[in-house]
This record gives sequence, C-alpha cells and structure tokens, in this order.
Amino acid sequence: MTGFLIKRGLQALFVILAVTLLVAFAVRLTGDPALMLSQGAGSVTEADLANIRQALGLNRPFYVQYLTYMQGVFTGDFGASFMGGTSVGRLIGDALPATLMLAFSSLILSILISVPLGIRAAVKKGTGTDQGIRILSLVGLSFPNFWLALMLVLLLAIVFPIFPPSGWDGPMSLVLPSLTMAIILSATTVRLVRTTMLETLSAQYIMVARSKGLRERVVLYKHALRNCAIPLITYLGLQFGNLIGGIVVIEKVFNWPGMGTLAFDAIGGRDYPVLQGSVTVLALVIVIVNLVVDIAYGIVDPRIRTK
Amino acid sequence: MTTTVSPATKVVSRRRNYGSLEFILGASLSGIVILAVLLSGFLFPDGGESMDLGARLIAPFQSWDHIFGTDPLGRDVLARVVVGGKISLTVGFVSVIAGAILGTIMGLVSGYYRGFWDMIVMRFADVQLALPFILVAITFISILGGGLTNVIFFMVISQWVQYARLIRGQVLALREREFIQAARAFGVRDLAMIRHHVLPNVIGPLIILMTLNVANNILLESSLTFLGLGVDPMIPSWGGMLADGRTYLQDAWWVSVVPGLAIMLTVLGLNLLGDWLRDRLDPTGKV
Repeated sequence: MTGFLIKRGLQALFVILAVTLLVAFAVRLTGDPALMLSQGAGSVTEADLANIRQALGLNRPFYVQYLTYMQGVFTGDFGASFMGGTSVGRLIGDALPATLMLAFSSLILSILISVPLGIRAAVKKGTGTDQGIRILSLVGLSFPNFWLALMLVLLLAIVFPIFPPSGWDGPMSLVLPSLTMAIILSATTVRLVRTTMLETLSAQYIMVARSKGLRERVVLYKHALRNCAIPLITYLGLQFGNLIGGIVVIEKVFNWPGMGTLAFDAIGGRDYPVLQGSVTVLALVIVIVNLVVDIAYGIVDPRIRTK
Repeated sequence: MTTTVSPATKVVSRRRNYGSLEFILGASLSGIVILAVLLSGFLFPDGGESMDLGARLIAPFQSWDHIFGTDPLGRDVLARVVVGGKISLTVGFVSVIAGAILGTIMGLVSGYYRGFWDMIVMRFADVQLALPFILVAITFISILGGGLTNVIFFMVISQWVQYARLIRGQVLALREREFIQAARAFGVRDLAMIRHHVLPNVIGPLIILMTLNVANNILLESSLTFLGLGVDPMIPSWGGMLADGRTYLQDAWWVSVVPGLAIMLTVLGLNLLGDWLRDRLDPTGKV
C-alpha cells in the first residue's frame, strides 16, 4: 500500500509540475505584459516600462519567476489582478465554491438519473426498453452542453417561468445548470451502470438473494447496486475533469459567478494573473480529485494496488 | 411442421435488427449532412451572407423563401446552417485524422519498443487526463488567438495521446501472441512486422475511436466558437450562430434552435455509426 501511495503521489506531483509549467509558459507567450499594461496610458518612456517590469518581477529569469509562482501556488498567493489590484487568491476564493457546488450537485443529480435507468436497461436486456434507453443515451451524447443549457432556459425559464434563467438567486438557480450537466454526464454513466449491473446480476449471491424470496427491488437496489458502486465512483472521478470543463462553458450561459466566468472576464480584460491562477487552481482540483478517487479505490479493492 | 423460436434467438435477431437500423439511421444522417455541406456552394451561392433588413426575424414555416426563418439581420437561417457546416466538418475530420496519425505512430513506437518513449507517452496521458481540452484551449487560444488552424492544432496536441494509448495497449497485447512471435522467429523486420501484422489488427478499434472523436470535436469546436475562442465570428458557423441567437432567445427561438438541431443530427449520425462499428469490430469493448 505504501508503495502504491508513493507511486500515485509522485505521478500527481509530476502532473502538477507539467500543468503549472505549461500555464506559466503560455502566459509568457503573450510578449511583454509591461507594454500591454501601459497601453492607452499616453506617453510611456523606456524607464516607465522598466519600472513596471521591476514591480511585476518580469525582469528576472523565467525559472526564478516560475519558482516564485510555484511558491505562491502552495501558499495560496497568486499575485494581484491587473484590474484594481485585488488579490487573485481572494477572487478565486469567491468563485471556486460556486463552481464546486455546481459540480457536486450535477454529480448527485446524474447518479439519480443514470442509476435507475441503467438498472432498468440491464433488467430488461434486449427488449425495447433497453434499446430505448440506449438511443436516449446516444442522443444525450449528441448535443453541445451550452445548447442544452439554452434549450432548458427557453423551456423552463422563458416559456414556463419556473426557474430563474441566470445568476445566483437562491437554491432554485442551481437547478437548470445542474440539470444541464447531469443530463450530459448521465448519457455515458447509464451505459456503465447497465454493463456492470449485467455482470453483477449473473452472480451467485444475487441468485441466493432471489431464492431467499427477497423482493426484486431489494435485490436490485440493495444487493446488486452495492457492487456497482465502485466502478461507478471511479468512472465519475475520471469524468470530473470533463465535468469541470463543461461547467466552465455553461457558466457563460447562466452568468454563474464561478471559475469559468472569472477566467473569461480575465481573458476579456487581458488580466493574466487571474487567468493563470484560475486555470492552475482548476487543474489542481482535478488532479486532487483523481488522486483521492484512485487511493480510495486502492483501499477498497486491493487488486488495483498491485497493478 | 411448426418451427419454434427460442427466446434467446429472438433477442439476438432483434439485436441484429437494431444494429442494422442503427447503421441505416447513422449513415443517412451523416450522409445527408456531408452531402448538403459539400453542395452548399451550389445550393446557396450567396454563402448565407445576403441580408434583407425588410425580412428580419421571420418565424419558421411562414415563407417558402425562408423555411427555417431569418435571423436579426434578415439572413436565411437554413442557408447559414448549411454553409456553417463546412467549419464544423472541416475541424472534425482534419483534427481527427491528424491526431490519429500522430497518435498511431507514437503508440506503435511506445508499445513496440517500450522503454523511454513508452514512459513519455504514459506521462503525457496523465497530464491530458488532468487538463480537459477546454482548459487548454482557454489558456492558449486566449493568448495566441483563435481561428480555424489554431483550434485544429490544439485539438491534435491534446488528443493524440488517446490514440497512442489505444494503439499501445493493443500492441502490448499483440506482442505476446504466437503469430507475432512466429513472424519474429522467421526474421521479419520491424517495419514489415508493424505494417503486415500489427496495424491490420489495431485498425478496427482505431476507426471506432476516430468516428466518435469526429463527433466529439464538432461539439468542442462549437463550444469554443460559442465562447468567442474559436473561428472568426464573421464566418457562418454553428457555434457562432448559437452565440448570436442567445441574445434573441426570448423573441426568436428558432435562431438558437435550428443550428443546435443541425449539430445534434450530425453528431447523432456519427455516434450511431461509431456505436454500430463498435458492435461489429470490437465486441470485447476495447475502446
């Protein structure tokens, strides 16, 4: 187990290193931030530019800048925004909970959608119900998340004004964005539940449970579902990166005050410290979630560790 | 004599019927879209650009000239959807073919020779898993600018790993098989071995992954363009039309609904084909 933990930890560390290097490198591709910052400031002398570089630490070699940046990542200090000088850490601190809340409510909602459908497809294998669910899952894979978001707004906020169309206005605001991501996520999860359920249902202990005379619902949702839980949680853990990527996009549709909105506003205003900080934090969150899921899986299922 | 069909055969034959239905539906959807896009220059010589400010925001099915209505500038929605398909299909096919070629070469090298290259590919795979494409795109495209070429470039950069992983896994499994060992015992050279014995055995899963990724990349391109990070907003494209339509959602639903349906039918067609191919070529579920 210790060996597995060390190996997995080193892997995560490597990924963090690569991602931060990539982001730091990308942001430096812009050319001279000092020039960009001084744009529109009227007459700018070479001395002014040098002052800005000095203040931002841009006159130091790349590796020193990168090390300072990494030090900041681990201490939560991401520098200050170009706009108004607010601390990037504080901006992220305000936006991250909104994004994570959306991510977790989407995960829970998608489990509530995909587990019953997947179990039903497995039980009715080969029938019209099974094929109907299969087609439904293919259709669910076939539209862009932001378009589904627009259609849900059109239907449930404009034609039938049940939910608020955008922004944060109490828990009701959570419904439409979570539903969007949950539908997209369920399209693939349903298939996983169906396949693992098919394997589980042919196991002997299910036969025993049935021959004991347990009700079918108890057999399915208590005995069989428990064995589907591990692959399901692993899969959802792996999908976490895609989920975050999707949320970043639909935040624009819902004007959701999260990391996506923060990053896009930063792009619009060429606010590179904010862009760098928000992409780094999102990648870190994804790495950590993947690591936790992997370790949890290793604890529950010893076969993984020896792989 | 009466023939009885056992329930098991019934299920199998129904499954097969569903399979052919899947193929017919998938092939005809993709076929219609590809044909319409190829013929778009002939069908709509104006490229969907001609404006008629007297005919702004006409609802669908009101006039024969504008079956699917017009947008806020009086441009025909159907014409723009068909012309806009060019962007989506170009991005989808070019990015996947380039990514698959690069990934296949890397996968063959890493699976066949193991060692250093193998480690590089696997570490890249870890990074790719942690950085979803949309985050890579936000970081790089916001700095280097969007446009067709950059969008395709970043798709290839972030997706070749998928193909490399698939091919690597297949090659690792093949290495142990008797016919490969026999070929090696006969003194077959590496390149000939890869061409005649390895590639034909990995082509099935590769084609499935490519089909599904064309569908996926069409979705990604539309997201990027919707966010303003993709192709030039002046060129008609599905994502761009949806970004415009969003403002008019309340008064003119069709401006957002029609391009979205175009994406959905195209991607659904490709997904159906991919699914059908998976049943045919990959019954054990490697992809």
